[in-house]
Amino acid sequence: MQPAETEKRKNELPAGVPSLSVRALTVAYASGKQSLVALRDLSLSVAAGELVGLVGPNGCGKTTLIRAVTKVVKPVSGEVHLCGDEVALPQAEIARRVAVVPQEPVLPDAFTALECVLMGRTPHLKLLENEGARDFDAARQAMERTGTWELAERRVDELSGGERQRVVVARALAQETPVLLLDEPTAHLDIGHQASVLGLMRALCRDERKAVLAVVHDLTLGAAYCDRLVMLRPGGTVAAEGSAEAVLRPELLEAVYGTATDVFSHPRTGRPVVAPRTEGG
Amino acid sequence: MVAGTCKARVIEAGTAVERPLGRRSLWPRLTLGCAILLTAVMLSVAVGPASVSLDATVRILASHLPGVGISESVSPAWRNIIWEVRLPRVLLAGTAGATLALAGATYQGVFRNPLADPYLIGVATGANLGATIVLVSGADASTHGFSVLPLAAFAGALISVVVVYSVARVGGAAPGTTLVLAGVALSSLATAITAYLMLKHTTNSLTIMSVVLGGFNTATWVKLAWVLPYAIPAVLVILAHGRILNVLSLDEQQARQVGIDVERTKLILLGAASLAAAAVVAVSGTIGFVGLIVPHAIRLIWGPDNRALLPMALLLGASFLIGADLAARMIDQPSEIPVGIITAFCGVPFFLYLLRRSRTVAF
Repeated sequence: MQPAETEKRKNELPAGVPSLSVRALTVAYASGKQSLVALRDLSLSVAAGELVGLVGPNGCGKTTLIRAVTKVVKPVSGEVHLCGDEVALPQAEIARRVAVVPQEPVLPDAFTALECVLMGRTPHLKLLENEGARDFDAARQAMERTGTWELAERRVDELSGGERQRVVVARALAQETPVLLLDEPTAHLDIGHQASVLGLMRALCRDERKAVLAVVHDLTLGAAYCDRLVMLRPGGTVAAEGSAEAVLRPELLEAVYGTATDVFSHPRTGRPVVAPRTEGG
Repeated sequence: MVAGTCKARVIEAGTAVERPLGRRSLWPRLTLGCAILLTAVMLSVAVGPASVSLDATVRILASHLPGVGISESVSPAWRNIIWEVRLPRVLLAGTAGATLALAGATYQGVFRNPLADPYLIGVATGANLGATIVLVSGADASTHGFSVLPLAAFAGALISVVVVYSVARVGGAAPGTTLVLAGVALSSLATAITAYLMLKHTTNSLTIMSVVLGGFNTATWVKLAWVLPYAIPAVLVILAHGRILNVLSLDEQQARQVGIDVERTKLILLGAASLAAAAVVAVSGTIGFVGLIVPHAIRLIWGPDNRALLPMALLLGASFLIGADLAARMIDQPSEIPVGIITAFCGVPFFLYLLRRSRTVAF
């Protein structure tokens, strides 16, 4: 795949072709002598400019989905398409199309935040090439947007959990991909930074037509920011898909999560607010 | 593609500092490294049990430059000492030090383990066994200045690295002390087999002894010519991967997600590091701890960027082993002590310190 051709594809994706599309994906892990099915026959798609929240209980395959899309695990069957092409692409070409913010990312000690963000430029560089002005610009822009530019020269092992998380978000932005996958990007963040990161994702969808798929554990947060929710159930199948109001129904939540919840309507935005039903409540 | 159009929710963007950030230039460090190396080479060529004046040393070396005539005032015996004995020895020690330090830095990066070293993970002893098998088989090891000895050592080194990595592997890396434990266990086996082969073939035992104990006292231009065709390409391949090695210090999953073909890259780097180390072991025997001390000292001074670390390991590894070899020649005159003793004296305290520190990090 020539770089010029890639650029064209990114910008001129034909109407109706989703940036990310997963079709009938089944992924299994070997566990002892048996295989453990993590995802079964799963299909979903994210269009350019769309922020989709992936929700579901622990262990239902959300992280596996992200790994399968980036070819970290090999699916048993099914297809992953990125910007129209199937994911039988070289690793660097995949990384030019999709960037990932992993759950609990390990960052190498002793490297600075800027150096870590610049690692996001890897798929754009040749073997013997070093980062140029173009790459520093991309890194700087990404760091300014995530509020990490003032940490640029700090060592990452001296940063707080939340700061490291935002550095990794910046690295994913510096990759300049049309598709972004985030695995609990708000896990280590306080409410202010949660709002900032998800707000940033919304802005990226709106202004740059990025396609964003974010794993969100906080259902209320997901409902507030995402255009659409996809709920997985244990066993790795889709339980429900659609607007937050359609997905976050108490009876469905009880069936999927195994716990009783109350769902309110936010007095100002009308978006659903989910609260677990407490004893005696 | 990404234009700075996003205005909503940009966090504290206005406070960004206007100053150029970037990589510091490598040249001051490289110049310093070259100066240290040159000093070590000159010192080591000029100093020895037979005292040859510095002036004469320089004149003998200069006489081999094109366009400089042979100086009549220098005795042929001195010429022989400098050109046929000391210089090949110093250059071989330098090549070995450079290669072992670079291989150590590569293993540390790929395994994400600060304790990795060609000697400690069993690569050197495996290589030694490979070389020994060729030596005792009595096959003519070299033809036309090209030796299969390094290739046999490479085979031994590869087997070691594969076995040790398979045992110690945890999710794509080999962290903690398991790697070293597996390496030491495998080393013991390889050394035992080497010793057995040695005893079975006593006629060759002198040659084998020099391979097992390690040292440069049998260095010749020919041996240098055996090593370089393997070491130079391997070194160039590793040097080309400095930035990639940085990215590998993320975990395997993240390295893939920023576009690195992790399996292929590891194969290339481990292959190159093992080839370089094996080529050296084939002619100089097992010399430990160079690959541990040198990269760590550089990290402490200049930080972890492999693009600086790798070339500096090359220069300072060479300087270190040339110095250690000089010490091995001079400490216990008129006899010599194996250079491995010197490196162990420097390396073991360092190793224990790293072990102590990595315990608190890893567990």
